[in-house]
Amino acid sequence: MLRFLVRRSLLVLPSLLGLLVLTFVLMRVVPSDPAAALAGETASAQQIEQIRVKYGFDRPLPEQFVIYLGQMARGDLGISVFSNRPVAQDIGYALPATIELTFCALLLAALIGIPLGTLAAVWHNSPLDHAIRMLTVAGLAVAGFWLAIMLQLLFAMDLGWLPLRGRLASTLTAPPDISGLFLVDSLLAGRFDLFGNALSHLAMPAFTLAVPGIATIARFTRAGVLETMQKDFVAYETAVGYAPARLVAIYVLRNSVVAAVTQIGLLFGALISSAVAVERIYDWPGIGSYAVTAILNLDYNAILAVTLTVGIIYAVVNILVDLAHGLIDPRVAEQM
Amino acid sequence: MLALRKFLRDTPATIGLGIVLACILVAALGPCLAPYPDDAFESHILQRLKPPSAEFPFGTDNLGRDVFSRVILGTRYALGVALMVVSIAMALGVPLGLIAGYRGGWLSEAIMRVTDIVLAVPQLILAVVLAQLLKPSLESAMLALAATYWPFFCRTVYAETRRVRSALFVDALEGIGASPWRIMFLHILPNAASPIIVRATIGMGFTILTAAVLGFLGMGATPPLPDWGLAIAESRQYLPESWWFATFPGLAIFLAVLGFNLLGDGLRDFVDPRLRRSR
Repeated sequence: MLRFLVRRSLLVLPSLLGLLVLTFVLMRVVPSDPAAALAGETASAQQIEQIRVKYGFDRPLPEQFVIYLGQMARGDLGISVFSNRPVAQDIGYALPATIELTFCALLLAALIGIPLGTLAAVWHNSPLDHAIRMLTVAGLAVAGFWLAIMLQLLFAMDLGWLPLRGRLASTLTAPPDISGLFLVDSLLAGRFDLFGNALSHLAMPAFTLAVPGIATIARFTRAGVLETMQKDFVAYETAVGYAPARLVAIYVLRNSVVAAVTQIGLLFGALISSAVAVERIYDWPGIGSYAVTAILNLDYNAILAVTLTVGIIYAVVNILVDLAHGLIDPRVAEQM
Repeated sequence: MLALRKFLRDTPATIGLGIVLACILVAALGPCLAPYPDDAFESHILQRLKPPSAEFPFGTDNLGRDVFSRVILGTRYALGVALMVVSIAMALGVPLGLIAGYRGGWLSEAIMRVTDIVLAVPQLILAVVLAQLLKPSLESAMLALAATYWPFFCRTVYAETRRVRSALFVDALEGIGASPWRIMFLHILPNAASPIIVRATIGMGFTILTAAVLGFLGMGATPPLPDWGLAIAESRQYLPESWWFATFPGLAIFLAVLGFNLLGDGLRDFVDPRLRRSR
């Protein structure tokens, strides 16, 4: 297992290097004159020249790339032009918010998607199955940012059940920062009022992000369970007289969710993409909101850092998914 | 005809086909169908933010324009953008996938590694960054979306090419001295046609969705274009009173994407039941 983990992590390195090349190309080669773009439209030729020298844009591209690699290796992501703080610090603040949000969204997607998919498969071709399949198709077609606005309209503005935006009511102060995740920190501090408030703020954004996930997971679980139900061992266990509910919940499901778990890794990319617009609508102070601000302000260092961070998280999630396979399926674990 | 009948037996796919055809029709005839075709660019401040009525079925927006007309007129932009993006992505990805799959060696490695890297960042993030760096406009948004979608075509074609390359007819063609280009484009490509068509159909839905996000974030279409995503962004300040302004453009996105997704899924099951996976 450990050997697998090390080997799998090493495999990520080439694609990380590729990611660095990609971001470098994006930032330095795509804009015709990065210094002018950075200086803004009102800058004089002299100001542009100063920026060019300051950021090293006047040196040859290969040299710039080596300097850039050195900075990244030291974890030096530079200063954000917009917030005037080190980018690493900004990211450190925004990342836990996004992790909390996306993790809850994935959890919600699995908790709703797997039972839905199983129900659809067990009673396949029934009206219930058709209804669930319609839901899954609809879930993949709905635009996250629009769903976010519709949920806000209904639950926050009209019914007033849930808070409209933010991570915590403005009258409350955040729990002491231990993990950066409000749900965890508030529990560690023993503040159940904060926990409840954070949870109510999390509900709509997490559900919005979870919707395409619910659809995908339900779909793959349905297909997996249907396939497993055809296996000989299921016929045998049915004949021996296992209760159908127990059979499905314990034996069939474990043999069926591997494909759905793989989807979680792929889903994560969709989640982060969706988070860009959704976080903005709910004023969720995460990576997505930060990315939009950075991009709209052409904050080069911040854009770069966001792209890299997301790429790294993406790689890590995929390693975790591989490990999860091993936990679900001992045959996979043996090959690790 | 038999194939068509078999396809039509798949109810969801038939619904998808119907929605897609309806979208194409609306896109083509937009100005004739819209009750106020001039509302794409004109404004009537006196009638701003009117709720849905017989006169304005979807209500009016902040500049007094008929939301129903703008949703109809927006169809052309949405489909046009998606078609452009998918075509450019296809024009890039298909030849690269063919070359990588047929040639092998370092060139193949290089192409597929670049594909991996582009796929290592979520598509929207890359598209948003690229669109903004290229100066925000509809054209940049299309280029950015195409630049991030081609790897999907490349992978699909690569896999098919690898499968077909060892077939006897390719050996035979090489034996009688057919040029590699001829083999790739005239003989291998037709074998990969069905997965490409499926990928393109699903890509249409996906691109409509992503382009709407770009429009919403202000990195795609610019006012006063009747873009769906842009309209939803503009509507946000007028909530909750003017709910119709945000609701109907979103429903249009939903319907169009739903149509292409259903059709794509149906086509996939139809041409190749083995391919029942990926998005």
